[in-house]
Amino acid sequence: MATGTARQGLRPDADIKAIPIRRPWRWAATALVLVLLAMLLTSMVTNPRYRWEIVARYLLDGSVLNGLLLTLEFTAIAMVLGISLGVLFAVMRGSSNRVLSWTAAGYIWFFRGTPLLVQLVFWFNLSALYPTIELGLPFGPVFATLDANTLITPFIAGVLGLALNEGAYMAEIVRAGIVSVPKGQLEAASSLGMSKSMTMRKIVLPQAMRVIIPPTGNNAIAMLKTSSLISVLAIPELLYSVQIIYGRNFQTIPLLLVASIWYLLATSILTAAQTRIERHFSPDRDPGESYGARLRRNLTSRRANVKEER
Amino acid sequence: MSALVRAEGVHKHYGRNHVLKGIDLSLEEGQVMCLVGPSGSGKSTFLRCVNHLEAINRGRLWVDGELIGYRQSAEALHELGDKEVCRQRERIGMVFQSFNLFPHYTALENVALGPSLVKKESRAAATAHAEELLRRVGLGDKLHSYPARLSGGQQQRVAIARALAMRPRLMLFDEPTSALDPELVGEVLDVMRGLAGDGMTMIVVTHEMAFAREVGDTLVFMDDGVIVESGDPREVLARPRHQRTQAFLSKVL
Ligand SMILES: Nc1ncnc2c1ncn2[C@@H]1O[C@H](COP(=O)(O)OP(=O)(O)OP(=O)(O)O)[C@@H](O)[C@H]1O
Ligand SMILES: [Mg+2]
Repeated sequence: MATGTARQGLRPDADIKAIPIRRPWRWAATALVLVLLAMLLTSMVTNPRYRWEIVARYLLDGSVLNGLLLTLEFTAIAMVLGISLGVLFAVMRGSSNRVLSWTAAGYIWFFRGTPLLVQLVFWFNLSALYPTIELGLPFGPVFATLDANTLITPFIAGVLGLALNEGAYMAEIVRAGIVSVPKGQLEAASSLGMSKSMTMRKIVLPQAMRVIIPPTGNNAIAMLKTSSLISVLAIPELLYSVQIIYGRNFQTIPLLLVASIWYLLATSILTAAQTRIERHFSPDRDPGESYGARLRRNLTSRRANVKEER
Repeated sequence: MSALVRAEGVHKHYGRNHVLKGIDLSLEEGQVMCLVGPSGSGKSTFLRCVNHLEAINRGRLWVDGELIGYRQSAEALHELGDKEVCRQRERIGMVFQSFNLFPHYTALENVALGPSLVKKESRAAATAHAEELLRRVGLGDKLHSYPARLSGGQQQRVAIARALAMRPRLMLFDEPTSALDPELVGEVLDVMRGLAGDGMTMIVVTHEMAFAREVGDTLVFMDDGVIVESGDPREVLARPRHQRTQAFLSKVL
């Protein structure tokens, strides 16, 4: 039988059934990785010092879950505000009005250029600089005077700090997306009589999304963990709430594992969401081809691509 | 009878690069003008001035009796606002060398987008009209294809349908077949020929001299920002009077 198929493979008019090329190094690498993974897993299960029973006890602890909820809340609010600010400042940055574009550049420069920790503490202590905040016309009459101390709660300071910082990074991401859209697209839209704002909404931003989404997903995942910085404002988010617990019972590693498990779970969900959103904004891509497949194709067949673009 | 397009002494410069140096021409309704000339002579620039993608620096340009981009009062020339410029562009279709279809919309959506967004036509009406136009350019079976899945010739035909969907008074074509493989040129030219037959007023920048000879009512030869000669295409192509025209034609024919 073996000779039969081999013979068939020799006939030029039959479907090709060639013997695959041998890749010994690929096998060796796979084996090595599998052995290392097995060692790691065994040690995690058999080493009693991980104290998995403590991990299990605190995983669904009330204050841990509250902390998780706060972390998710801050991440969501900071990302939504940050993305909105990012779009606003990216559009301002590209404006032909110098005042607008320089203001946006200054904002980006300042908020990317100073540590987030400093910004958080700064917002929290705003009342030291501005004891009262007045609502009214510029240089004109004042309608209401607010006490900065009561207005800037730790929650508000945390949101302000995270969102304004995120906005600066998002502005750069959105700007990169906008400039990635070819000029011809704008001209085609103009020639149809579309207004500038319509062109931005219907033509430019949807295409810019493909460039914007991957780094935004990255930032959202980073924000999940960066938001733990608000613990300096005594907000009991996920990390701070496990710190409080191990401050009492000294089970540092199990409790950090508890936090890590939740962070990993949240990250996984965000990653899945990112993939879904990327698909949504690439309707013209081959739906049958997964992202992994595309990555592999692009990594391995550069020559084919060059030919395709010609 | 007044011309649909009229240019008087149109100048355009980019910084110190003087690209158009006084263009005078006029085009009657229903006529096809072919614009030819060497690379860099300012053909694309002139087309882009006609729909105000570029502002002119001197002279006047009218389409359908309206001054393009400006409003003339007794004492001054006023820039038109964005809204007015958009309204003027609605009636001038443009087809680009590189198609410039919107990649995130299907063929049908590309064509229906302008009427539904700009002219506020109902979705159903815009879609029905778009479908009819796509059938007319021979793409009735590609309504729901994304541009990336279409050949160059098909993309360009969608682009023509997209411009036609706005029911323009004037169509501008900037080398519509230059980016196409030779075997795809014909299908696009056929569509354009059909349009000319239906009485559409068109300005076509092209290197397809056979098309110019057959379809064009006038041929304008431009070089270095001026019109060197113009006239009946058969006449100009057979007996160019100027040395520069002769030199150019001897290269492309
Ligand atoms: N946006 C721009 N900024 C600066 N210079 C420009 C711009 N667009 C065109 N030019 C210059 O204007 C001149 C005329 O360009 P144009 O594109 O109108 O030529 P063309 O006749 O269409 O040539 P081709 O046949 O190569 O398309 C060229 O010298 C070009 O460099
Ligand atoms: Mg050109």
